Order: sequence, then C-alpha cells, then structure tokens
Amino acid sequence: MSILAFTENWDGRFKKVSYELVSYAHQLAVQMNTKAIAVSIGNVSDEELKKLGHYGASKIVKVEDSRINGLINKAYAAIIGQVAEKEGCNVVVFSHNFTGKALAPRVAVRLKAGMASGVNALPDSLEPFVVKKGVFTGKAIGHITIKSPKKILTLFPNSVETKEADENAVIEAFTPQLSDAHFATRVVDVKKVTDKILLTDAEVVVSGGRGMKGADKWGPLEELANVLGAATACSRPVSDEGWRSHTEHVGQTGKIIAPNVYIALGISGAIQHLGGVSAAKHIIAINTDKDAPIFEAAEYGIIGDVHQLLPVLVEKVKEAKKH
Amino acid sequence: MKILICLSNVPDTTTKIKFTGDGKNFDAAGVQWIINPWDELALTRALELKETSGTTIEKVTVISVGKADVEPTLRKALAIGADDAVRVDTDARDAYQVAAEIADFVKSQPYEIILCGIESSDYNGSTVGGMVAEFLDCPSVSSVSGLNLEAGQVKISREIDGGQEILETSLPVVAVVQKGIAKEPRIPSMRGIMMARTKPLTVKTAAMPEELTEFTYFENPPSHAKCKMIDAENIGELVEVMKNNLKII
Repeated sequence: MSILAFTENWDGRFKKVSYELVSYAHQLAVQMNTKAIAVSIGNVSDEELKKLGHYGASKIVKVEDSRINGLINKAYAAIIGQVAEKEGCNVVVFSHNFTGKALAPRVAVRLKAGMASGVNALPDSLEPFVVKKGVFTGKAIGHITIKSPKKILTLFPNSVETKEADENAVIEAFTPQLSDAHFATRVVDVKKVTDKILLTDAEVVVSGGRGMKGADKWGPLEELANVLGAATACSRPVSDEGWRSHTEHVGQTGKIIAPNVYIALGISGAIQHLGGVSAAKHIIAINTDKDAPIFEAAEYGIIGDVHQLLPVLVEKVKEAKKH
Repeated sequence: MKILICLSNVPDTTTKIKFTGDGKNFDAAGVQWIINPWDELALTRALELKETSGTTIEKVTVISVGKADVEPTLRKALAIGADDAVRVDTDARDAYQVAAEIADFVKSQPYEIILCGIESSDYNGSTVGGMVAEFLDCPSVSSVSGLNLEAGQVKISREIDGGQEILETSLPVVAVVQKGIAKEPRIPSMRGIMMARTKPLTVKTAAMPEELTEFTYFENPPSHAKCKMIDAENIGELVEVMKNNLKII
C-alpha cells in the first residue's frame, strides 16, 4: 500500500526537484497512513541515496543495469512498474518534468492506474481520491478524481513545501527483468553545449522580448543568465523575427515552462505569452511601458529600458555573488 | 512507412475559459475549436518528411477521438495536407481511454511512426503519447525537437541538459513532440480546402475501454498579489530581492 517516488539523478547526484518529490511522497504517505519508498535508476552512491531519507523515504530501491545509457523510456517504465509491483505500491509519483512526463504515462498503463499530471497539492480527499492541477494553461484549476485502485501522479515543480523528515532509510538493490526489446531505442550521438541549461526544466529563466530591439543585442541578457545559472528564452515576436532560435520561444504555442523564477526583459506580456509562463512561481519584469500586461502577472517590476538597466543588473548580481 | 498523428481538438488559445453548473463542466458556448498547437506542428513535420523523402513516407493519417463535432478539426488537418483522417466515435473522457482507443486502431492498421504533441492546451496532460506506446508495447521518445529520415532510418533528436541527443529506434515508435519539431504550422491553401472535401474521413466504432479519471469540478486560479514596483534608479533593491527573498543568487 506504500507510495513509490521515482527519484531522478543527474550524473549520480540528486537535485532539489528529487527532494521535493520525496517530501511530497512522504507527506502523502502520512496522509494515507503508510510509508514512502524511493526508486533510483543508474549509478548513485549509497551516501547520495541516503540523502533521500532526510526528506522522508523509508526505503530506497536502487537499480543498476549496464545497458542503461540515457533515458530509455520503455526500459525505465518496466523497471519502475516492476518495483511498484514488488513493493506493493498503489501510488507512484514522478516530477512533472522532462523525465517524469516521459515515464509516468507508460507506468500508468502497465499498472492500469489512473493518472493525474501536473498536480500542485496533496489530495483534497482520499476517498474518493481527488487532487488539483492547473488546466487551460494556468487559466483555471481542475479537481480530478482518480477512480482506479492504483494511481499515478506527476508533481508540478515548486508547488509544495519541501520538508525535512528523519527516516533512516534502508537501501535495497533490485534486479529487474529486462530483455533486449526494452533497449530498442539507442542514443547514438550527443552534441554537448557546455553552458546550455534545459529550458523546460530550468529553475531560473531569463527571457527577452521585442524590447531587446535586435538580434545583436543579447549579450547582456546571456551574461545575466550565465551569472544566475539560468536558461535563456524569448517571446514569440523575437523568434518570428529570427533574433533567437524558435526552440527558445516560450508561450502558449511555444514551450510551456514552470521555473522558480522567470525574468521577463522587454516583454509586454500578451495573453499567449503569459499562458506559457504563468506557472512560474515568481516573475520579475522590466519594461519601458508602465501599462504592459506583464506587470499584472509579475511579482516585482521595474519600469525602464532593459539596455540601460541590464549591464548595471549584471554587475550588481556579480557583486552580490561574492558575498 | 506510414505516419499517424494524434490530434486533440482544443479551444482556441485566446478563449476566455468559463464553466457551467457550479464549475462542473467547461462552457463550450461560443468557443472556437482548433487543432492543438503542438499536434499541428507534428502534422507539419510529417508533411515535410513526406514531401522531402521521396517515396519513403506512403501516407500521413490524422486521428482524433470524439463525436462528430471534432470533424471540422480533422477536415482542417486534411486541408493542411494529411492524406486521410480517422475519427473514433466516442467522447474523449480521459487520457487512458483516449490512448487505448488510438492503440486499438493502430493494432488493426499498423503505422511505423506515431506522433503526439507534448501536451494539449486544454487539460495539459502530457499523457496520451506515452500511454499509446505502452499499450502498443513499443518504444517512445519524449520532448522530441527533431525528426529526420536518413537512408530510411528514423533519427530523433531531443534537447537535454547540456545539449542535444540523437536517438535511433526500432519501429513502430511513438514520438512526443514539442516546439522545435517544425518552425511554423501550415495554413491550409484554397486548393487544400477544396481537396479536403473529397479525402477519406473514416468513422471507427469505439472499443469503449473504461476511463480511470474524471474532472469533478473547476475553479478560477487565485488572483495575483499586486506587482511590487522598484525604482529603476534603485536596481540594487531588485538584487536584494533575488538574493534574500528568491534565493537565486
């Protein structure tokens, strides 16, 4: 009856999003009067795995397989499904990110579990099992009932408080039953761009709009992103003009993002743009037009010209980092 | 090779979202319906591949689960250039049921490449593509931003932390695509609209799998706190906020 959390690692390390998910699983386990178990796939040291106990995992199932190279959805889903069955987990939770979105639906079918994706709170009730999520790209909230005995949830990033809990987690190795058919997808090439951060999963995003005034004026914005360890993005007019690649376009017909902090520079904030970024936890906006709709969505705003303000901001952020 | 694109019929992205009956149902009155934007990009890429790959791609089919009211959206896809359309004749109730219906169709008429948009702009599930793949017990690749054919081999690219991955896969494969897969959706030409009238739109009897979830009610999102304005002369205050309140420095 326990809760299973799929905890993703990046080159053997967990990130904030992994701890947030374990904490959510633990809080849900308390609500359901059961335990939270974490499953980790790939090479992660026991010391790193133990950290999951600090957020409430009572057991950590580790799976290592030399054939795993990159995210292979079919293999990962089979592993998670097998662990859920072995541990008797009726609820499996994932982060609503690149990896979680790829795996959760597959596991749902394996377990014949109803799925609620992008949930942003603990369940409203357990009998019936009702949980809320954003719908219509942030324009409404829907309360969804999962009717099946088994349930899959993907947790929207930055939506619940990460609480520490003191579980002395035991680590158990698990050997899944996998055939070559599970590895029919192969990563054949990786093109590294060292400072590139995945836009859809980024904690901080620095984004520019028409106010950037041209393709050759993005140096200071990129520098700010670099200093903050942020991903870069842009509004639709910018990608339409060809100032930036259309892979950076965020908005209702571009990429949908949910960073902790979204910094909008020279973006007026048309409704289609806000549709793609309204899930950001905090929005900072700089724009010359005091009536720009972006200030309706923003938490902090400055009226001014980004080209004058950005170099000053970059310098001050660099200075603040030193202290 | 044949390509199947799963289309979701969604309200136009500028629609004012309203609900009826104490928030129990979406109010569809006066709503303009469109092809889900990411599904439309998938269709665009499929047509580009068909045109540039010689005879490798034999057919591009679009499929949607829904009653007769989704037919205008399927006709639009035919006008854009799809060869034929399939409508599974039942309401779309949840992702599990929709994916099971689509998988049931593919089991009767195999396709090598199945494309789905990364999410639908109505219920933001990001779910159907992966479910179809698991029902078919075939590989899936998510967050796909590139789909190419090289010497008859399907090459898929996706953005990852720190760059880009290129993948090869056995077929059939489900590719869940996002912005980047195609630059701009196509607009139907007058000739395309004329031709769409005579292209086949097949109505398939539903297999009627059960749904596992349902929306109980909807509400408006909480309103935002008012924006705190910081003087442009005092940008240090913003840096303080970034450091102390938001903790990103």
